[in-house]
Amino acid sequence: MKTRLHILSLPILAMIAISGCGSTKTDSGSKPDASTPSASSGTKTKIAFIPKSAGNPYFARLESGFKSSADQFGVEFTSQAPTTADATSQISVIKDQAQRGEEVIVLSPNSPDALNETLDQASAKGVVIITADADLTGNESHRSIGVLSCDFSTIGPEQVELLGALIGYEGEIAILSATSDAPNQNAWIEGMKKTLTDPKYSKMKLVEVVYGNDEPQKSTTETEALITKHPNLRGIIAPTSVGLAAAAQVLSQKELAPGAKNAKNGGLVLTGLGTPNELKKAVKAGTVAKFQLWDPADIGIVASYLGTQLRAKKLEAKVGTKFEIPGKGSFEIKDKNIVIAGKLVTFTKENIDQYDF
Amino acid sequence: MRRNILPGLLIVLVAVIGNRLSPNFLDFAYLRDSATLVAELGLIAVGMNFIITSGNIDLSVGSNMVLTACITAKFMVGGMPAPLALLLGVGIGTLLGWLNGVLITYFRAPSFLITVATMAMYRGAAKALLGPQSVKAPSGIVGIDTQTFAGLTIPLLILLVTASIGAFVMQKTIFGSWVVAVGSNSRTALYSGVPVARVVRTSYTLTGFICGIAAMLMLSRLGLARHDLAMGSELDIITIVVVGGTAIQGGAANVIGSLLAFILIALLRSVMGVANFTAEYQMTIIGILLIGMVLANRLPLKLILQKLRPKSQRAP
Repeated sequence: MKTRLHILSLPILAMIAISGCGSTKTDSGSKPDASTPSASSGTKTKIAFIPKSAGNPYFARLESGFKSSADQFGVEFTSQAPTTADATSQISVIKDQAQRGEEVIVLSPNSPDALNETLDQASAKGVVIITADADLTGNESHRSIGVLSCDFSTIGPEQVELLGALIGYEGEIAILSATSDAPNQNAWIEGMKKTLTDPKYSKMKLVEVVYGNDEPQKSTTETEALITKHPNLRGIIAPTSVGLAAAAQVLSQKELAPGAKNAKNGGLVLTGLGTPNELKKAVKAGTVAKFQLWDPADIGIVASYLGTQLRAKKLEAKVGTKFEIPGKGSFEIKDKNIVIAGKLVTFTKENIDQYDF
Repeated sequence: MRRNILPGLLIVLVAVIGNRLSPNFLDFAYLRDSATLVAELGLIAVGMNFIITSGNIDLSVGSNMVLTACITAKFMVGGMPAPLALLLGVGIGTLLGWLNGVLITYFRAPSFLITVATMAMYRGAAKALLGPQSVKAPSGIVGIDTQTFAGLTIPLLILLVTASIGAFVMQKTIFGSWVVAVGSNSRTALYSGVPVARVVRTSYTLTGFICGIAAMLMLSRLGLARHDLAMGSELDIITIVVVGGTAIQGGAANVIGSLLAFILIALLRSVMGVANFTAEYQMTIIGILLIGMVLANRLPLKLILQKLRPKSQRAP
């Protein structure tokens, strides 16, 4: 009997032990977890970040904000993604991180309400809860502060200005959105329509809003239909990564961008919101001159700073509180304890290589 | 019993490794609460044992649990007294399980196909019912997972009791031996007078009943219901059953093994959680465990033992 147990247990023991050593990660501390008792972290604040899902470059960029500022703020940073992106998969991760002795949990929640009970239990243990990038909309009382990417009310005006400057504030334009029931998209489109009523943009005419459902195929078809239906179209705004990338593909194939072979009256200008990695090729080829997005690293930096301050009770999570982050500028805790971390970044041929997400 | 030595040993092993990897691991309250988070899966695994042993599969269990929780929450919000709604919830789960059994036996269709269909159907119905919204459960029924008795949380106690009853039914009753017979060879079973269709239907109904109980536990634990809960849980449940030593092709049950596998997997997840293994590693290790256990259950152990024994001890 003994022999049998040995045969079977040894390889499994070895596997577990090997994989364990390989993946234990403590990003700012150099020692592996096993030899770091929670008390020895000294004056450093232990912050854990829980993204929505694993292996997502967007969250990797957000984490880079934590990592780059860890020494400056005195943070021992770690991160742990849930194995799936479903509504409850972050529950066990929150519990595990609290058990590890993390002092601050920064979370990009997968659900606005399924985590309420778990977050309250962690708070009761003294863990500071901060949401980042996404919020517990309607359940804000279950976290102390929500750090969001940028002021969404600026997106409509900024996007219209970006396109306007590229087409000389004149001509027919269209919008390629995600789905017709996406709240953010609709708020941004509303902002664009309102901006277009400004006399500055009076010669820009919005001819159609189409929806690509955030599917590459549907976005491609919708873009092609736009081009056929409106032969005088001068510009398209696609405030969604999938749509922008798909539309860029269409423009590139049909060679319709300014300066390309089939460009008519100055060419068709495409802009919108998207991640640099998805648009790198189009920007370098000249199909897309400029587009925008916020930099998720800003969220990481602000959340990290707030974590240290809230933990040390140097800052109160109260509406109206103003604070200064060295090297980042001044911030304010707004309605529902929301802090806006940054502004839209305009990506061009010149700066796009500095971003990897 | 012998088949349960390996998972039992692995539990000890994982605990020892966990203790070495993180000083925060061996904390009874933490381990208990972590296991409670997945108690519903262990519970459904008891029912799944009967289905798999009878040579079938049920991929709709997670969707059943979610739809049942959604309907029940809706009734509670509509003003139905909580005890009545809870009973009704268990009834709905039972009904959804029974429907699987009826469709499979009536159409003589592969259970895989039927339950893939009902998996989509039940979850679709939950989404149609609630849309993207959550329905909050009345505060009176919330928090069963934090109540303890004899040191264990109520969901874990329910799991222990259910697994014990399940093991008894499987090993000591005529129904249990029918399930094994149907899974071994359904034709032979039919000719020997086993009511095959009824056995299959009963297995699904039983699992539905357990899904109903699990749904009520989930509702109480989360304090709400929404359509996208417990995504992919059917595969976690099947993993528990197979790691526990029940043969995926049917004909060999091990309910207690499933209970041990549940403890093993819950413990393993906690170790990986406190030691901060990345999500990718966690999934890989669970996968390795699954394959390792399947292989271990197939090894010709007697032969290997005989070869390894010193010559003097070998049987002539």
